[in-house]
Parts: sequence; C-alpha cells; structure tokens
Amino acid sequence: MAKVIKLRKGLDVKLKGTAALETSATQCPGEYALVPDDFCGVKPKVVVKEGDTVKAGDALFVDKLHPEVKFVSPVSGTVSMVERGDRRKLLSIRVQADKEQVAREFDVKGDVKALLMESGMFSFFRSRPYDVVANPDDQPKAIFVTAFNSMPLSQDFDYVVTGQEKEFQAGITALSKIAKVELGVSKKQTNKALCEAKDCNVTIYDGPAPAGNVGVQINHVSPINKGEVVWTLSGEEVIFIGRLMTTGKVNLQRTIALAGSEVTAPKYYKVLVGQKLTTLLSGNIAEADHHQRIINGNVMTGFKTTADSYLAAHATEVNVIPEGDDVNEFMGWISPFRCKEFSTSRSYWSWLCPKKEYALDARVKGSERHIIVGGEYDKVFPMDIYAGYLVKAIITGDIDRQEALGIYEVAPEDFAIAEFVDSSKLELQRIVREGLDILRKENA
Amino acid sequence: MKALRKFFDNIKPSFEEGGKLHAFRSLYEGFESFAFVPNTTSRRGSVNVHDAFDSKRLMSFVVIALVPALLFGCYNIGYQNALAAGKLSEATFCGMFIYGLLAMLPKLIVSYVVGLGIEFTVAQWKKEEIAEGYLVSGIIIPLIIPVTTPLWMLALACAFSVIFAKEIFGGTGMNIFNVALIARAFLFFSYPSYMTGDCSVWVSADPILGFGYTALPDALTAATPLGAAAAEGFAGFDCPTIEAAVIGLIPGSMGETSVIAIGLGALLLLYTGVASWKTMLSVFVGGAATGFLMQSVGATEIEWWHHLVVGGFCFGAVFMATDPVTSARTEGGKWIYGLLIGFVAVLVRVLNPGYPEGMMLAILLMNLFAPLFDYFFVQSNINKRLNRAK
Repeated sequence: MAKVIKLRKGLDVKLKGTAALETSATQCPGEYALVPDDFCGVKPKVVVKEGDTVKAGDALFVDKLHPEVKFVSPVSGTVSMVERGDRRKLLSIRVQADKEQVAREFDVKGDVKALLMESGMFSFFRSRPYDVVANPDDQPKAIFVTAFNSMPLSQDFDYVVTGQEKEFQAGITALSKIAKVELGVSKKQTNKALCEAKDCNVTIYDGPAPAGNVGVQINHVSPINKGEVVWTLSGEEVIFIGRLMTTGKVNLQRTIALAGSEVTAPKYYKVLVGQKLTTLLSGNIAEADHHQRIINGNVMTGFKTTADSYLAAHATEVNVIPEGDDVNEFMGWISPFRCKEFSTSRSYWSWLCPKKEYALDARVKGSERHIIVGGEYDKVFPMDIYAGYLVKAIITGDIDRQEALGIYEVAPEDFAIAEFVDSSKLELQRIVREGLDILRKENA
Repeated sequence: MKALRKFFDNIKPSFEEGGKLHAFRSLYEGFESFAFVPNTTSRRGSVNVHDAFDSKRLMSFVVIALVPALLFGCYNIGYQNALAAGKLSEATFCGMFIYGLLAMLPKLIVSYVVGLGIEFTVAQWKKEEIAEGYLVSGIIIPLIIPVTTPLWMLALACAFSVIFAKEIFGGTGMNIFNVALIARAFLFFSYPSYMTGDCSVWVSADPILGFGYTALPDALTAATPLGAAAAEGFAGFDCPTIEAAVIGLIPGSMGETSVIAIGLGALLLLYTGVASWKTMLSVFVGGAATGFLMQSVGATEIEWWHHLVVGGFCFGAVFMATDPVTSARTEGGKWIYGLLIGFVAVLVRVLNPGYPEGMMLAILLMNLFAPLFDYFFVQSNINKRLNRAK
C-alpha cells in the first residue's frame, strides 16, 4: 500500500466551467509552432531554415549550451517561418503541417537518456532548483512525476490516462533507468495504472490545491538541499515517453481540457503541442459583449494569450474567463453584496456556500501594497517553508537568505494559490521567477 | 454610478503626467479607487484570477469594528460631562450623545486631515499610490486620548507619528511601531499633564454649541481608577464595579472605556478573521495570568480580572496588539507576542508607580520585539534545512 500524505494547507477555488469527461478531436492540418519561451532557461539555436521539410520528431532548435538537447517538431511539414523579435530574439518556429503525417523512426534499444535527448522528450524535463529545462550533465537524485493537477479548471489525469495505461507504464519504466522515480497520485484517483504503477515509488496525496504541484510533493518526500538536483515531469509527458518507447515515434498529442466560464461546452480535446488555438476555440467560446481572456495553460499558472497563438508546450488545459476590464464596481471594497465574488475572507459571504462555482474575471481587485498581513501565504502553502519571508528575501535580493529559506525547493507555480489570496496583490509568481533567474545566473 | 464613472473619466487627463492638476495625482487615484474597484487586470506571468479581499477591505473592517467604541465614546463624553455638572437627572440621551459627538468630531477631522494630508503628499512625492493604513490609525488616535486634548497637540502628534513612525520606514506595511500608539506616546511624554492625572483631563467640562453643562469645580478632582491607584498606592484604588467597567460609563480615554462596545468590535474582527485570534486571546491570557500572580504574591490587592476590564487593556488587546503589520508574523510568534503584552501591561500597572496604565508601553515594547520572536521560528526552519543538508 502506497504511503498517504495528508495536506491541510491549501485552497480549492471552485470555478465555473469544469471540463466534462468527453473528448473530441480537432482538425489537424494547419500551422504549428514551437515557442522557445515555453522552455524556461534555454538559449535557443535554430537548426532549420524557412522552407526546410521536417518530420515529426526532427529538431527545430537546440539549446546553445547543450546542443544534444533537441526541441522537436510535433508534425511533419515545411518550416514556414522563423519568427524573431527585438534584438533578434527567437519568438517561434512555425511548421506548416503536411496532409500526410510522417514521423521519424527512433531506435529505442540504446541508452534511454540519449534517446530522450535526441527525440526531444528530454526538453520536457524540468529541473529543480530553478524550474528550468533539465541539464543532461546533472545526476538527479530522483525524477518526480505528478499524476494530477489540483488547480481549478485543470485537466483530470485519471480520465486522460484511461486507454493509455500501457504507454504511461512504459514511460515510467524508461524513466526508472535514469534515476529513481517518485510518482505522486491524488487520493481521488482510482486508475490502477497510477495507484499501482510499477518501477516507481507511489505516494498518495490527500489535500487541496496546490497538492498536485510537484514541488509540494518533493518537499514532503525528499526535500532538495543545496547542490542536489531533482527532475520533474507531468503525467502526460510520461505518456509521450511511453509512446516513443512502444512505437519508436514521437507523438506529442495531448488530451487537454478546454474549460472556463466563457466556454460554451467545456470538455476535452485531442490536440498536438504547438497547435493553433483557433482550431480549438472557434465555435466553442460564448458570444459576449465583454472582453474575454484566453489563458494558455491553467487559470492559476498559465499566461494570457490571443486566439491566433499556439498551445504552449507544457499546457494541459486552455482556460477562458471574462477579462473584467470593463467592470466598474461602485464602492466594491466595502459592499456587503458582492455575492459573485469568491474570497477566503469571511468579510464576504462565499464561505457560506462552499459548493458554489464562481465565474471570476481577471481583475486584480485591489491595488498593490507592501506585505501587510503576516502568515497569509503560509495558510495556502503546504510546504515546510516560510513563504512570506522567502518572498521578502527575493524582493530585497538577499541571496544567502533565499538559500537559507529554501528557494531551491520552489517554483513559481507553487506560489499561485498564495498569489490568489494575497490581500497585498503582489505578483508572487513573477517575483519568484525573477528571483530564480537571478540566482541561477549568480550560481552559474 | 455611470455619471460618476464618466466624471472620473472626464477629469482623469488633467491629473495625468503633463496635466494641469498633476500635482494632485495621488489624491485623484485615492478617490477613484475609493469609488470604484480598480479594473486593472492581471499581467502576463502572474495568477489570472484573484481573491476579492484587498487591503482596503481589510482596513475598512477594522474601522467598522471601531464604530461601537466610537459611538459609545460619544455618549460617555456627554454622560461624564453631565455627571460632573451634577445634572445627570435632567440630561437626555440625545443631548449627551450630541455633546459627545461635538467633542469627538473635531478630533476625528483633525486626525484624518493631518494624517491623510501627509500620506497624500508623500504618495505624490514618491509616485506611489496612497495606502489605506491611516484609515485605521486616524480613527484610533482620537479614541485613545483624553477628551480635553487640545486640537493643535493632536495635530502635532498625528504628524509626528505618520512621518516618524511610518513614512520614514517606507509606509504602511513597513512600520515597526503601531502608528496610533506612537501618536499617544508622543503626547504622553511631551505633554504629560494633559494626558494623565485627575478628572480635569478625562472629563469635558464646558458646554459646546449650546449642548452640555459647565462642570462643578470639585467634581474634577476625582481620578480615574488606575490614576488613583498609581497616585495613592493601592489602598486608594477605588475600583469601579465590574458592571461599571464592562458597560463603560467611567472616565477614561474617549473610546476605551466600554468592554461591551469593544467586545462587539472584537466579535466582528474575529468572525471575519481580520484580526488574529491567537494574538487577541494570548494578550488576555498573559494579562490574567500576571494579574493572578501579582495578586497571589501580594504585590497588589487588585483582583486579577479587574486588570482586564479597566483602562485600555481591552482596547489595546483587540485593536492595537492585533495590528498585522507591527505584531509577530509567525503563528508561534503571535502567542509569545500576545502573552508578553499582557504580562508587561499588568507588570507596569502594578510595579511602576509612575505610569498608571501599562498597555501603551507594553504594546510598543513588544512591537520592537516581535521580529525577534519571529526570528526564532524562522531560524529554526532554517536550521532544520541546514541540518538536513549535512
């Protein structure tokens, strides 16, 4: 029987528009894009030219510092554009997909790590500290896989893995050849492929968001000390690896949740990494006279985008919510009647209806202040870390103190719920991301 | 509301960079965000939805919690005035309340005008938004001073505390000491004869705008319970009955006398979770335990529970010890912080003949020590991490 870890801290925000458990396909031809910014910490070097033909699994760019780590095309087709921005920063590489899809064949018998790097699978590995793309020269003490996402409107991996159990197990087995694998499963999940997975150590987590964050799981199972490295993956990325191991071909198909209060019929869609969002969104977004926000990824951790952009590499859902920039709430800060708003504070009524689902918009609903309330973050931060003190250490740029307070154990996403409840409205995820980037440069 | 929104949109350009009224930008922003919830939306790279709770709501709930104490304070000012004039039988409730209101209002206005004026100026100068912290300090300051305090003194105290206790540290959230208590401490040490002593300080003796009465001269030589205890030793402690102290019709600072009125505020703060129950409870536990100890070793004859209901103990425990900025920030730290406030407050009352009231000094002292209590808890977390790495 797997070990069960009960988490008390955290918060489940109930949002309207959870995806129903049914899956549709989307139309496949069209333009696909790989965006280097999705792979944090990488210095991209383009290895294709406009007009080149590529197969699914052929490299589009590599990491300048580790050219063996390849970032591959999800489809076969013609490179239609290498998009660059200011100071020639690489923004995206676009591939026009062929009607007939061809995938590159890989020999899966050799060294697993080399195969994963060559086939682009390694680009999905993230390393902690810093939450960046893993460095193949590191020897991780473990590979942590989280098989669930606890954030609101997120993908239900129990549903996604159904029918792909064999691939999931094949992926775990492949990973176990690189390092010890720790699999985090939610107590609500029943699929045997998860709860009784082989070649890994299964731990069951019982608690509110952000229990599904791999950082929280690391903190409870094997906290990272200075000098140690842990690699992390999400469940669906393990399936990518499993598909490669069983078929020898790269198949970056995800079953993502299109969810949120502005989606007409929230459900799951089969899409490829880098697929154009219009293929997913057209006809599925409610007609509205207000602005809408399309989020590439989860409502808590993803980023605002436009309909003509491309599915981010790590996104397991696309959420659409009202933007809210046209809402003018009169004296809202004191009004007792803001029943449409959710709050953890009892100065609102939302605590009386714990099951109600809210259609929250993207307003910050307040102005940025210094940290006023102490311990506010700790209530929703299920790690043995003083989150408020760590944030202060990052703001003041005190690197020694950041290390002492445990910055190596955290990623921006771990602060998402704390940022949600923060009454001082600080951008915690941005602060932590910038702090990690500076620290990485200092330690390089 | 649309008309108001339109009005704000119309005048906005003149407050922006290059506009005629740019020097008043912070004032405009303050009023705009006061009228409408800002509809700025979250930026890329930060969380897309937010809790509806913000610092404005936090502060405004403390202000609401203070309203019972404020209203009761108004009534008590009128009541004490009528009592001192010997005209209690002919005074009406409304008359007494209006008298008290007339005595209170100028102080509230002076406190807010001076304090917020400085805050707006600093916000403008530092190109920041005005923070809400002074909304609370501005109402607390009049409530913790005697009714006879001259307005110029109050203005000076407000200015001193906003500048030297808050703004030089970086504004709301960065201050070390409770702003309202620094204002009181400033008055206490600069003008002691106006801040403590017999009833000539605590009771308003003259009519205001036709309301109220002129007090009888000998009525004003009576002292507050704690004042008498300090002046004449504990033999002279003329303790109010528990009913009088709980209801609060006794002389004292304007808002601190009624346990019931403060209790109503405490209920709101605890229900909404705006104030930490740990801090509040531990102040009372610390005070009660120390009072009991002092009584049992014979240092004082005052019953232990008396300490909790007289003077500023309740007001301090509910509204000032729980100030989230200046109190301890770790959960364990809050217990130590609260217990020691209760302990020091009663200790000063019992053992120091110079100061009849110890609450102000206790809270200020513990404000200073709060980071130290937190240090122990944070350091133990750091040590755990260091030991793990070995």
